[in-house]
Amino acid sequence: MALSACGTRTQTSGGGTAASQAKVAKIGVIAPLTGDLSALGLGIRNSVDLAIKQANESNAIPGWKLEIAAEDDQAQPDTGRNAATKLAGDPEVIGVVGTLNSSVAQAVQPVLNSANITEVSPANTGPALTRGPDAASNPKRAYKNYFRTCTNDLIQGPFAAKYLYDAGFTEVATIHDKKAYGQGLVEAFTKAYKEMGGKVLAAETINPDDKDFSSVISKVKGASPKAVYYGGEYPQAGPLSQQMKAAGLKVPLMGGDGIYDPAYIQLAGKTSEGDLATSVGAPTDSLASAKAFVDAYQKAGYSEPYAAYGAYSYDAANAIINALKVSLKDAKDVKSALEPTITEMSKVSFDGATGKVAFDQFGDTTTRVLTVYKVKGGKWTAEKTGEFK
Amino acid sequence: MDVFLQQLVNGLSLGALYALIAVGYTVVYGIIQLINFAHGEIFMIGAFGALATWLVLGSGSDIHAWWMLPVMLIGGMAVAVAVALLTERFAYRPLRNAPRLAPLITAIGISVFLQEFIRLFFGRIPGFPDAKRAIPFPQIDGVTGEAIDLGGIIIQRAALFTLIALVICWIFLYVFVNKTRLGRAMQATSQDPDTARLMGINVDKIIMVAFAVGAALAAVAGLAHGLRYTNIDFKMGFLAGLKAFTAAVLGGIGNINGAVVGGLVLGVIESMATAFIPGQFGGSAWKDVWAFALLILVLVFRPQGLLGARVVDRA
Repeated sequence: MALSACGTRTQTSGGGTAASQAKVAKIGVIAPLTGDLSALGLGIRNSVDLAIKQANESNAIPGWKLEIAAEDDQAQPDTGRNAATKLAGDPEVIGVVGTLNSSVAQAVQPVLNSANITEVSPANTGPALTRGPDAASNPKRAYKNYFRTCTNDLIQGPFAAKYLYDAGFTEVATIHDKKAYGQGLVEAFTKAYKEMGGKVLAAETINPDDKDFSSVISKVKGASPKAVYYGGEYPQAGPLSQQMKAAGLKVPLMGGDGIYDPAYIQLAGKTSEGDLATSVGAPTDSLASAKAFVDAYQKAGYSEPYAAYGAYSYDAANAIINALKVSLKDAKDVKSALEPTITEMSKVSFDGATGKVAFDQFGDTTTRVLTVYKVKGGKWTAEKTGEFK
Repeated sequence: MDVFLQQLVNGLSLGALYALIAVGYTVVYGIIQLINFAHGEIFMIGAFGALATWLVLGSGSDIHAWWMLPVMLIGGMAVAVAVALLTERFAYRPLRNAPRLAPLITAIGISVFLQEFIRLFFGRIPGFPDAKRAIPFPQIDGVTGEAIDLGGIIIQRAALFTLIALVICWIFLYVFVNKTRLGRAMQATSQDPDTARLMGINVDKIIMVAFAVGAALAAVAGLAHGLRYTNIDFKMGFLAGLKAFTAAVLGGIGNINGAVVGGLVLGVIESMATAFIPGQFGGSAWKDVWAFALLILVLVFRPQGLLGARVVDRA
């Protein structure tokens, strides 16, 4: 019933134009569209939407029309799994951009994998997602359908460690929120930082739902670190920084891409001046390649900013579209193109908004550029961009 | 020793917040034996009410004057009390004579309803920020800002505000319950509503007063929370409500002094566990485990709670 109704709608809606005969393929989005992290999630959805609109306008895949199917994961693994199940049940979905959180990705991966749907994350940095449980020592490709356009924490953590150590912060404390992302980041950071000769004076954890960090701050303060490295996202990191400084621990807080968002500064207040964050790639607005994306995004008139992962989501969607150019060309329906799309994904190579977009044998991006950002005058400003070797 | 005193201060100020909310659970339970699981959301609504008051009156000209604080407090209280009375009238009163499980389940429903309502509704009013993510709370000079340093012990101004607010509310409540006719009527109703009704007490009115008192204190806590943590969100009531409920049970549910003591004890346990339990089971992440472990111990060995009296089953 539902299927036939669908088919009727596509045929009648486009009535008469060339697009009316076009078959429909959907690119899904799984990201937090509501909740604390919705600023990031809505940026992801809009950027994918932009890539799809552009592909349709330029008729990138002759005979096919692309549509977006955005699902809210509320940054929760369970909700994410439901969203993935829903998309996997839709016979027109061929690829998915998402998720934002590594912990949600863990729940989404197996569902999309068993449906042979290509998944490209613009933001997951958990190493295990591509390289399996022993990511650092014995990497094994975890899921053949999974790719990502951002670097993973095996690179981001050490990159931050090197920056802090070189900048003279040789004694730090670490705090993380015990989620896959935060813990992975801090573990990678700690290993590299100790190897360089840095000292980790205190290693603390918080609960992801906590509001009150006074006890853990008092404890960290006793160790007198020169900086605090935090693994987690801005809803906790902002208040943590604010409470840290109010409690007299006046040292910079550094985090990963999870805190690189204007909302962090809003939550952390005036005292966030000097706080640091690493984020994947070079600053979007400094790249010539990203200018076209930023201009197009602004022209499209979305009510929400593209946020930290906009350009990566745009590249992720374009990676799928590039693969579809080959896999969908002679395909009679979406189902028969699912496997070829995954195969084509590993051959994708083009200049995207964030730089070169291509994937290694694990599905990780081959570009390993990262940037350190600093809060200056109430804004994130790029401090140092570098390629991690 | 410094760490001990610092954690004691941290714990007391956190506990003061729990205590202010816990009183609402206890007062309502004392009168109608209902565990009002929506009370955490009343606390959240109080914070949003205070924020809305500020947005309407103060944000345009960016007024951070001292007089904004009482105005915000009154605004928050008004909204919280109104919502509490509405839930009482339309969700609990129709179920007054239903089996005890029915209003309990309704309370959980109200809790989810209020959360989702704020989440979906708040950003739709022009000029009001979207509640889908944490909203920065206005900071008022004198109550927030640079912490006070007492010889190495750091006391945040907002934490001091919470503690002072708790003391004032506690005194008010003591006078209200023991020295006024309405307060004595509340005591009578909590002892035996049927006999109280025979003595000419309007029990419906007393129940409304209990809900209103609890909501007013929850609104104070909501304002204190906003000032302390500089942001509020639609989910903040859930965990805070659960902790406050625990505090009420810890102190002896139905006992106002017990709720205050229970809140303070819970706050202190949490911050002490963070600092002084060594090794793998120490640290901030385990504080809830120790807090609830203590709750279980208290319930096993002193089921009436720390200050509660043994309840005699009503004939």
